[in-house]
Amino acid sequence: MSKTIRFKLNGQAKSLTVDRERMLLWVLRTDFGLTGTKFGCGEGCCGACTVLVNNEAVRSCQLPVKDVDGKKVTTIEGLAKNGDLHPLQKAFIKHDALQCGYCTPGMILNAYDLLIKNSRPTLKEIKDGMDENLCRCASYQRIVQAIQDAAREMRGGR
Amino acid sequence: MKDDEYLDLDFKDIGILPPLSRREFLKLLGGGVVILFSVGDPLILEAQRRRGEALPDDFNAFLRIGEDGRVSCFTGKVELGQGVITSLAQMLADELEVPLDVVDMVMGDTDLCPYDRGTYGSMTTRFFGPPLRAAAAEARAVLIELAAEHLQASPSQLKVKEGVVYHESQRQKKVSYAQLTKGKKIARRLKGEAVLEKPSDFTIVGKPVLHRDAMEKVTGKAKFAGDLREPGMLYARILRPPAHGAKLTSVDTSGAKKVKGTRVIEDDDLIAVLHEDPEQAAEALKQIQAQWMKPVVKVDEKNIFGHLIKVAPEGDVVSEGGNLAKGEEISKVVVEETYLDGYVAHATIETHTALAKVEGDKATIWASTQTPFPLKGDVASVLGLPEKNVRIIPPFVGGGFGGKTRNQQGVEAARLAKLSGKPVQVTWTRAEEFFYDTFRPAAVVKIKAGINGSALVTLWDYGVYFAGSRGSEHFYDIPHHRTMAFGSVWRRTPGSHPFGTGAWRAPANNTNTFARESHINIMAAKAGIDPLEFRLKNLKDKRMIRVLKAAAKKFGWKPAKAPSGRGYGIAGGRDSGTYLAHMAEVEVDKKTGQVKVKRVVCAQDMGLCINPAGAKIQMEGCITMGLGYALKEDIHFKGGEIFDLNFDTYEIPRFSWTPKIETIVIDDREATPQGGGEPAIVCMGAVIAEAIYDAVGARVFQMPMTPERIKAAMP
Ligand code: FES
Ligand code: FES
Repeated sequence: MSKTIRFKLNGQAKSLTVDRERMLLWVLRTDFGLTGTKFGCGEGCCGACTVLVNNEAVRSCQLPVKDVDGKKVTTIEGLAKNGDLHPLQKAFIKHDALQCGYCTPGMILNAYDLLIKNSRPTLKEIKDGMDENLCRCASYQRIVQAIQDAAREMRGGR
Repeated sequence: MKDDEYLDLDFKDIGILPPLSRREFLKLLGGGVVILFSVGDPLILEAQRRRGEALPDDFNAFLRIGEDGRVSCFTGKVELGQGVITSLAQMLADELEVPLDVVDMVMGDTDLCPYDRGTYGSMTTRFFGPPLRAAAAEARAVLIELAAEHLQASPSQLKVKEGVVYHESQRQKKVSYAQLTKGKKIARRLKGEAVLEKPSDFTIVGKPVLHRDAMEKVTGKAKFAGDLREPGMLYARILRPPAHGAKLTSVDTSGAKKVKGTRVIEDDDLIAVLHEDPEQAAEALKQIQAQWMKPVVKVDEKNIFGHLIKVAPEGDVVSEGGNLAKGEEISKVVVEETYLDGYVAHATIETHTALAKVEGDKATIWASTQTPFPLKGDVASVLGLPEKNVRIIPPFVGGGFGGKTRNQQGVEAARLAKLSGKPVQVTWTRAEEFFYDTFRPAAVVKIKAGINGSALVTLWDYGVYFAGSRGSEHFYDIPHHRTMAFGSVWRRTPGSHPFGTGAWRAPANNTNTFARESHINIMAAKAGIDPLEFRLKNLKDKRMIRVLKAAAKKFGWKPAKAPSGRGYGIAGGRDSGTYLAHMAEVEVDKKTGQVKVKRVVCAQDMGLCINPAGAKIQMEGCITMGLGYALKEDIHFKGGEIFDLNFDTYEIPRFSWTPKIETIVIDDREATPQGGGEPAIVCMGAVIAEAIYDAVGARVFQMPMTPERIKAAMP
């Protein structure tokens, strides 16, 4: 069933008349051309498609677009503000926390959610919170370091 | 000769002509200074010559210093996440003495770059590096000649820094590369040896440099094949058989046609639906009714090993020495074991993807591929086009590890684009990715080895079935030995595997190192001595001794006879000219058989290390990825049917698995650079097997070492 859905996408109001059951991943990638959100498995197993809905990390391959009606969606393209990279993005670059980079957008957005909920995560909390996001290039150790670094930065260096 | 270390996968591509003649090519390039050079392992070139296939032309790579002073290097290699876009640029900048940021790497585009066989086998730095440096040195020499004329000085009085040539004693006399190349059109073919910069003069090489492409990748701007759009583009979904070898007996596509906006393509074996919305394409595919006849199942996960031994072709001797009968005679203890290894998937997070556009008699394909030039040949022959009308552009590739070399998805996209008259994108689902993966082959290794009364290895009789010979040769000092390889990942034996197999990060070597080093550890235990001490007693190879000692120092290895209960493991290995030693610490839950890897130390001697930061990342990646095949990864199948459809049943390493990793790069500034993308993965099976044994006394002979197998092996 087509229906008009209104939501905020990377800070901008959008309205879209679409089949309500379409998955957010494909709406973002095809209708909005926001291809930073990646397809990896299509079944919620890898986290490559992670976006933020009302600042919570969500797997967009599993989320019908009707569920974001009236909400705020942030993709990797919307994370930098006025050209300033988010501390997580900076930390991923600084720590070389990526190789092929395919999992990277999902990693960063999942970490964003983690740090919003817990500004001072322990190593174990980071590993647990990130555990459902897969990286075949196995940059895990570096990603953990990047998240620790970004957490410090987001706390204002404390 | 261990030819499979060097020869192609199963490319049918050699002998393809470059798109342009050299003259046409140079005309297109425009002004500046251009150095043409050729890249290749002498062994490959020799093999090509023997097969009567000369190199396409007398160069296959080039660099240009443009009229604006920017330096571009054109290579058919592809960036897959292994960091060559950085390490090659670094080498070039260093030799040419320009800042790194004026270097552009143009990679893999078959219209712009000279022919290349593919990016795999840790060959990029090894075989590309030295000629690239020589070419850069040649370019520098040309520029200094020009500067000498310009500044009225003799070349020997001139020096270069950051792209500016200056007079050594009269510093105000200087001229930039850009000023020198302006209005010039100079092309040189690199012949013979250029004078290379001395390692002690390196300014950029050997310094850590971060990935040059990171900015695009953290902002979502980096384009992978699936991120590209063409006007009017349709998404394809393709009808797939339920098992390899299944035959289509009937098909009814009428249901698919009812899904609004769907185009159904039926062309021989290719039945597909196209739609402007990928989800609708998936929906339409579901509506196709197809009947299949599945082949009779002969092999499954259990009987595959016996089957492989039965169908194995005759073996090739990889190396031998002494006399096996004599060796057995003088051995006090002889140990004979069989090691098994299952099928492993590449499982890159990006699935095989391609976008194809066919206009008139021209085709352009953007594909996630490690081998753009072979794909070009395939597309040309399938579409019946001359090769020069086909262009392959590899955008960023989301991981390869040997899995993106066959390009089936590129050919599918090209055929569908031609049949439909529209640009078509093919993105495999995760299930398709597992189905058409060219798995690391299941393999068997049989070893019979003996030691004398002084714990010296006296006999080594080694046979590897179906993995391939890479890494099979031992490096111990053994008087009576023979290493045989039966069948290989590179040459398909009919009736062996029920589905596709191929190269997987450090092909063959993971299996070989698991078997060899496990066997060495077993013999150390039989001799009743510490496995490190046992190795040092049986080694003369200085590089191996050096990495073992370096790892032991970092790890804090204290000698003990296994099983000591500490959960310590050790293994050594060689791959792509690089030497490795690994040590690990694990914890094993005796009740459940669950293994927790707590710590891994790896020492790597890779000759001259171009980018230590990059090398360390690759090592960490190798170690973590290697935990997967050691402990969990195994394809579940029955005949040609693959049961793994997603990451829920096929588990790959994740955050919670990651141990503390410590890496040591032994930098040998005077040695040639060796491979770095693969080696550190090869020891992971053996080092963990030994650590498990040391922890609980369970010796596991089959990878992956699952909890069930560990429990079954418990004493
Ligand atoms: S694509 Fe959504 S979780 Fe993998
Ligand atoms: S960087 Fe390649 S999958 Fe994570």
